[in-house]
Amino acid sequence: MVEDWVLTITPMLHYSELLRTTDNGQRTMDIFVGIDVGSLSTDCVIINEKEEILSYSITETGANSTESAEKSFEEALVRSAVQRDRVKRIVATGYGRISVPFADKKVTEISCHALGACKLFPDTRTVVDIGGQDSKVIRVGPDGKVLDFTMNDKCAAGTGRFLEVMAAKLEVPLNEMGTLSMGAKGEVRISSVCTVFAESEVISLVAQNHPKEEIIRGIHRAIVNRVWSMVKTLGVKREVTMSGGVAKNQGVVALLEEKLGHPVRLYKEPQIVGGLGAALHAKGL
Amino acid sequence: MSLPKKIRYSFMKDYGAPALMKMAGMRKKKRRGKTSPLFGPPLRCNDRLKEIITRHYFLSRYAEGAKPVAWVTSGAPVEILRPFDFYTIYPENHGALCGAQKVAPELCALAEERGYSQDLCSYARVDLGVCLTGKTPVGRLPKPDLLFASNNICQTVVYWYKVLAHHWRIPLILLDTPYNFRGIQEGDVAYMVRQLEEMIPELERISGKPFKEEKFKEVIRTAKATSLAWGEVLATMKARPAPMTIFDAFGHLAPVVSLRGLPVALNYYRTLLSELKERVERGVAAITNERKRLMWDNIAMWYKVRDYANLFAEHGMNFVTATYTNAWAETTPHMDSDRPFDSMARTYSLVILNNNLNHRLHLMESLIKEYQVDGLVIHSARSCKPYSVGQYDLKRLLMDRLGVPSVVIEGDITDSRAYSEEQARTRLDAFFETMEN
Repeated sequence: MVEDWVLTITPMLHYSELLRTTDNGQRTMDIFVGIDVGSLSTDCVIINEKEEILSYSITETGANSTESAEKSFEEALVRSAVQRDRVKRIVATGYGRISVPFADKKVTEISCHALGACKLFPDTRTVVDIGGQDSKVIRVGPDGKVLDFTMNDKCAAGTGRFLEVMAAKLEVPLNEMGTLSMGAKGEVRISSVCTVFAESEVISLVAQNHPKEEIIRGIHRAIVNRVWSMVKTLGVKREVTMSGGVAKNQGVVALLEEKLGHPVRLYKEPQIVGGLGAALHAKGL
Repeated sequence: MSLPKKIRYSFMKDYGAPALMKMAGMRKKKRRGKTSPLFGPPLRCNDRLKEIITRHYFLSRYAEGAKPVAWVTSGAPVEILRPFDFYTIYPENHGALCGAQKVAPELCALAEERGYSQDLCSYARVDLGVCLTGKTPVGRLPKPDLLFASNNICQTVVYWYKVLAHHWRIPLILLDTPYNFRGIQEGDVAYMVRQLEEMIPELERISGKPFKEEKFKEVIRTAKATSLAWGEVLATMKARPAPMTIFDAFGHLAPVVSLRGLPVALNYYRTLLSELKERVERGVAAITNERKRLMWDNIAMWYKVRDYANLFAEHGMNFVTATYTNAWAETTPHMDSDRPFDSMARTYSLVILNNNLNHRLHLMESLIKEYQVDGLVIHSARSCKPYSVGQYDLKRLLMDRLGVPSVVIEGDITDSRAYSEEQARTRLDAFFETMEN
């Protein structure tokens, strides 16, 4: 389910930028920035004081997190056509949050995903975030505050990294994995939860001439099963919002919905939920 | 036991150890200086504690051949060894010491090189590393004449001590304590009493000393008084602000674990208790800004104790209770010198790790209420499966029933290789953010 909460952002809309950064065309509004430096991607979100998204950027996290944060920030600034000196406050989040020297505050991605998801879908009570290097399930209150959370960060199973490794092994582009699995006629069972073991399993499945689509579906099932155990740990509280890069994969989303027995809330750009939460934190400081 | 070794032991006990303590005391005075603004004044008893532990390990080097030596698990009924004058070494206590000194990964690796799996408890790996190579930060551990274990804390100790028994070709005595799925069963008590009775002739043979029941009863009285005093020490942390932190208590726990039943431990806790009571009366706080009160679950992460003490103090959060430190105060009061065998069986069978999860839930609930706890930090220890199983259920139940927020930190008791600073910090930061809501 894709929610169109904000206008489609396009870099050239200078006129609308003017509208959205001023209050009734008179007073200049304050601008807030959230930067989520994750293990694979760095996402920057710029909002105004009405909490409207002016622009965002998604860039790859390179070897230097400070540079990645700077690059992502610059890119978002260009897209929003907001001058840097107009930014009132910046909050950094994600694993690289400590390496953002220009941030006013560092907040964990757990609090940011909770706040971001609740902004987009106010009825959110559970957030399932599957990122590049970890996955987490967060239980949130009506105000977007974290009540409880659980994380998988010790191994790659149930994370974007698992998908990446498998996509590379199957020679399928990562962004095509979802579509391919949706067209699968059957499903191959991946019995191992360990990335390294599952990789060998996939190699032997390929050797046995199993269709790629069915293997991919099995891979998605393995991820969902891993995440499901975390969801069960906290208990399912509706509504469930998905965030993180893996939420772009419709195959994973469909299987999670199958497990839940009801649809999940999904923003059209799930990768920026953490960055949005960080920007909202910046506004709330 | 040889006469020259006995003479040497007595000499070291009466002259060597006091001289060593004096030297250590002098060195200490020179080093003392800066104190952190995060903490109140340090406990005077810290020096005495160090003295007791240093003396215990120093003298142990000379105990071999002078006294019967036993290596004992933390949950074993050591009281039964005391009438035979065993010098007792606690490998778990020694493992904690190696963990705190950050040498455990190296010692674990020594055991791993010899084929022991990384999935094995790190107390066991440290100990196997030590006994297979002789390396230890305390200088030297005496070779035991007896191994004494009880599976009331875990099954690992049984296999670990079997390896030691095989290595040195020495006897292993085990107290098998059936798990309490519900309350304790009378048939189980009878089974444990029978085992304890059967130990007596074996202990007489190994130590060469006859069993004296009166002495045994005396030891039980001392042990009970010690445990009660330890319970009172912990109870002082009910005060707001608490006069010490659980990180202090992790250290002050050593005598009740490894010197239980000896007057030295009892006297120590009486001194500590009066110091703490005095602090409570004068309103002396362990951390200067106690805004939130926390509970710790599971064994300490020995290599992180100091870092965590600072980190939590920076956030104005103080740990005031722990299921771990409480374990040595929880059941020993069941001891009854008039029914020595029967009460020992109950005392050691009813320990937290030999009880069902419902028991743990109720215990945690009552600790949270009694100590006015605002949040819970759960250490999921890779080493200690019996302690770590069920933690997610407990976490959820405590949240639902008492609304107490909690965080699970994955790590290990001594092997810091199983701990990731980066990932633990993210969880802790999120926990701090939740606590501030």
